Amino acid sequence: MSAGSEPILRAPQSRTGGGTVSEVLELRDVHRTHGAGPAAVHALRGVSLTVRSGELVAVMGPSGSGKSTLLALAGGLDRPTGGEVLVEGEPLGGLGARDLARLRRRRIGYVFQDLNLLGSLTAVENVALPLELDGAGVRRARKLALAALAEVEVAGLADRFPDQMSGGQQQRVAIARALVGERRLVLADEPTGALDSQAGEAVLHLLRRRVDAGAAGVLVTHEARHAGWADRVVFLRDGVLVDSTAPLAGVEQLLAGSGR
Amino acid sequence: MSIRHGLLALLERGQMYGYQLRAAFEESTGSTWPLNIGQVYTTLARLERDGLVRPLPESESGQRPYEITDAGRADLALWFATPISPADRPRDELSIKLALALTTPGVDVRAVVQTQRSATMRALQELTRLKYASDKPEDLAWRLVLDAMIFQAEAEIRWLDHCETSLVRHRPAPSRPTGRPEAVDRTGEEARR
Repeated sequence: MSAGSEPILRAPQSRTGGGTVSEVLELRDVHRTHGAGPAAVHALRGVSLTVRSGELVAVMGPSGSGKSTLLALAGGLDRPTGGEVLVEGEPLGGLGARDLARLRRRRIGYVFQDLNLLGSLTAVENVALPLELDGAGVRRARKLALAALAEVEVAGLADRFPDQMSGGQQQRVAIARALVGERRLVLADEPTGALDSQAGEAVLHLLRRRVDAGAAGVLVTHEARHAGWADRVVFLRDGVLVDSTAPLAGVEQLLAGSGR
Repeated sequence: MSIRHGLLALLERGQMYGYQLRAAFEESTGSTWPLNIGQVYTTLARLERDGLVRPLPESESGQRPYEITDAGRADLALWFATPISPADRPRDELSIKLALALTTPGVDVRAVVQTQRSATMRALQELTRLKYASDKPEDLAWRLVLDAMIFQAEAEIRWLDHCETSLVRHRPAPSRPTGRPEAVDRTGEEARR
């Protein structure tokens, strides 16, 4: 995996174009409206959010608050009707369909609730697929895919098909596919899905570890316990960010306050 | 947390003096409940009065160790065998605060809910970070204490989410100068109990 060997840029960098290098994802006053006129649905109404390298941000909110829309816009799967989305300083709005697809394959990893593994491909083939689509040679793609599977501790399952694995193992493969290559932005939408609490926790542990190694992560969830893994939790209501948790305090303060 | 039963459980391992008890108490609860030495000695005095522990002769260094008595063992066994009743826990200030917010004019209840949710969420983040940081097998007791606090925080947030959903549907009853019981809306009534 190459992301771990990249310098982790935490200090503010000089601005180059749209953003700083450590700001992996930037949403600037983003709006997304479906339809028009009186029937228009305002899924997002002026959301601004910055996620830096080494930072995991959880987005919480009730159903219909715009969580998944936010994630789709952040990942270039949807386009805003107003405002701007930048990934590593690059405004997505300026990219054509082909460049956008390439940016998604190379820099953004997605982990969804439904795993979307291809049943006719083995674990390692599933993970290698985005690299091969991007023009990597078969041998190199396989090598990187094996490294990604090792990172999520399922290297031994490389040649199994999805239906030969448990739900937790399949989710690890899906995460390996999201992390393979040089992805600096990991987007997860309820990634623990129907997994039991231990397997779900393992998934969040993997996400946390990748972010600690320098990626930026956005986790959409309605489970407070999962959002607890984040550095910052933002609350979305009716398409507007209404609140954000304060920076984490020291351990001593927490313990002092816990005896209530 | 019952300091009394905590000390009895520690003495069940073997005789100890005050400072050892304090250190062992903090270690076994992962320093979650800091204890001052005064609390240890007043608790020991009460346990001695009730015949649950007995002081032993002073050591050469002037420390007086205590040991558990048979009555103390029986009391401890009973404590472990008895579930903690919700009625024994301190009153929940948060639910009282929300109940009052609902019935006090001019209070933005949704803001009260969100302020609390944000604070509890932050505590949950801290707890998760502590748990993530303690991965040694010998940390199991500590991790389970953290898990308890994590689940409590999660339950509080779920309850706050539930409150908010109820608030969205809630239409405040017209102001009522005399509080006739049948005029009280259900939310207010439940909160008052």
